[in-house]
Amino acid sequence: MDIASGLLQGFAVALQPTNVLWCFVGVFLGTIVGIMPGLGPPATIAMLLPLTALMNPAGAMIMLAGIYYGAKYGGSTTSILLNVPGESASVVTCLDGYQLARKGRAGAALGIAAIASFIAGTVGVLGLMLVAPPLARLALAFSSPEYFGLMALGLAMVVLLAGRSLVKALLAMLVGLWIAGIGTDPFSTTSRFTFGRMELLSGIDFVVVAIGVFALGEVLANMEARDEPKALPVPKGLRNLLPTAQDLRDCRFAFVNGSVIGFLIGVLPGAGSTIASFISYGVEKAFSRRRDQFGTGVIEGVAAPEGANNSETGGALVPLLTLGIPGSGTTAILLAALVLWGFKPGPLFIAENPQLFWGLVASMYIGNVILLILNLPLVPLFAQVLRAPAYALYPAIIGLSIVGVYTVSGSLFDLALLAAFGLLGYVMRKLDYPSAPLILGLVLGGAMERALRQSLMMSEGSLSILVSRPLAAAMLSFALLILLIPLVARLNAWRLRVMEEEK
Amino acid sequence: MFRRSPDFWSGLALVLLGVYIVTATSGWDYLSPEGPGPAFFPRWYGIAMIVLAAALMVGSAKGATVEWRGTGRALGAWAAIAAGLLLMKLVGFALGFAVLTYFIVAVMYRRPPLQSALMAGGMVATFYLIFTLALGVPLP
Repeated sequence: MDIASGLLQGFAVALQPTNVLWCFVGVFLGTIVGIMPGLGPPATIAMLLPLTALMNPAGAMIMLAGIYYGAKYGGSTTSILLNVPGESASVVTCLDGYQLARKGRAGAALGIAAIASFIAGTVGVLGLMLVAPPLARLALAFSSPEYFGLMALGLAMVVLLAGRSLVKALLAMLVGLWIAGIGTDPFSTTSRFTFGRMELLSGIDFVVVAIGVFALGEVLANMEARDEPKALPVPKGLRNLLPTAQDLRDCRFAFVNGSVIGFLIGVLPGAGSTIASFISYGVEKAFSRRRDQFGTGVIEGVAAPEGANNSETGGALVPLLTLGIPGSGTTAILLAALVLWGFKPGPLFIAENPQLFWGLVASMYIGNVILLILNLPLVPLFAQVLRAPAYALYPAIIGLSIVGVYTVSGSLFDLALLAAFGLLGYVMRKLDYPSAPLILGLVLGGAMERALRQSLMMSEGSLSILVSRPLAAAMLSFALLILLIPLVARLNAWRLRVMEEEK
Repeated sequence: MFRRSPDFWSGLALVLLGVYIVTATSGWDYLSPEGPGPAFFPRWYGIAMIVLAAALMVGSAKGATVEWRGTGRALGAWAAIAAGLLLMKLVGFALGFAVLTYFIVAVMYRRPPLQSALMAGGMVATFYLIFTLALGVPLP
């Protein structure tokens, strides 16, 4: 199927009234979630995932993806008005966005964030549409060794870029692999790590871990403080929210920079929107004629990172839908959603489910238009969300988490596991262990073990199969290199320090 | 000082988990005539966990300090959630969740008793209306 006919078919799916409604619900919820500090898209998608089992998969996917990219629009509002990022990708928007708001230009900052998000978000979807089908065709040549190499590479990227400590990121990933291994071994029916509990024979449901670590863990971390920060006021009226012609001229390069960098970074597993926004901001600053003013309230300092973090969404869906490899916590949950509905993301996904893939692509074009409309004139209304008291919000999230887990299994044992994983999520935050590698390890653990064991069956037990096939060898070598680079850098820093001391 | 580092204790916990994983795999097939057995993959990540966690313990003297302020509040909230879940098992979702919500609003956020009770009742009613009546989803 060519792109034009695929897109036409996609719009036929996405423009069905129920799917337009789910798209609206998704981006609306996403905007609210993005605005609320402390409740991110992974937590929201994990909480809603069990309820989507009642929905049509196309509508459910459109809604969950809407939450994912809608949150990125909303995140800028909190950064600009509160100097607190609504979600991690909006950290860098605080630098110039909040300064603009303090100078009385909150409207222009919010307006340019919405416009940059719209332009770059649309470019990201365009990239997804053009890159995903050929990549999927290329991946058809993959067998078990290549899949093992690919998953090892994806995990290595996530480990490298998550958190400050490589050792802690690796340990978090290993704990994820261990949790994935709990239950009955699919090859031999041996019970592994079940502690004699019947409830663990079928393994631990991904939803229990995701809701515990992301939703409950976040709530507990946020409940450490009783006080809530105060937001700056939002100017009323559309005219006060529109950037000036000069602002738009100043942001021309930022729109392009954010769109391109965001998409390219998004395609890499593990890099994510936070890194995309930082790199885009850095590039914008490096090429700007007024680079010394960055951080004091420069409009393109808002446009570039906001564009990048929205364009990244399209990029991040490329490896998820074509290779079945998620690059972040949120896309890992989207992968789990697809599996829950009976789909198998990978090279055959687009060919076997053209309606779902093209429907999702078309819905993202529609969603970006809805978000632009929602985020320009209605920003003052959305900003009211920041006034929602914590004592009302947190019990609601806890209740949603409990109902979400119970809906999946109907088991009270899983609710006890939810509490345990909530505590684990909080402790991980406290001790600076990143949670994305744990979730990725959990999602990919089963498939990775299967690919490794199938590879070794193919070679009658010889590990040489992993290095004798060029693609698998290249991916494994690259994964190893990624993990060794920080070690070499550290050794070099130590060598230089010793040399300095000897002088 | 060295022994009090949080990285040391988390490293120790993970070393113990790694030892448990490797020990558990000793009872399963590592290699069988059909290929790698159920012990193959876990044994390798168990060993990797022991090595990395030990490295974390050794390097923990220089580890970053942890901000403990507010931890008591968060752990109190977690204990309340755990107790609320236990209560739900005994008396059902409505009462268990109402008590949990009341505790969070009245005790943790120090709101007046009447407001807390109204919030708890309203929250339970909202969940019942949305999930049980509108969506037909069973509550615990």
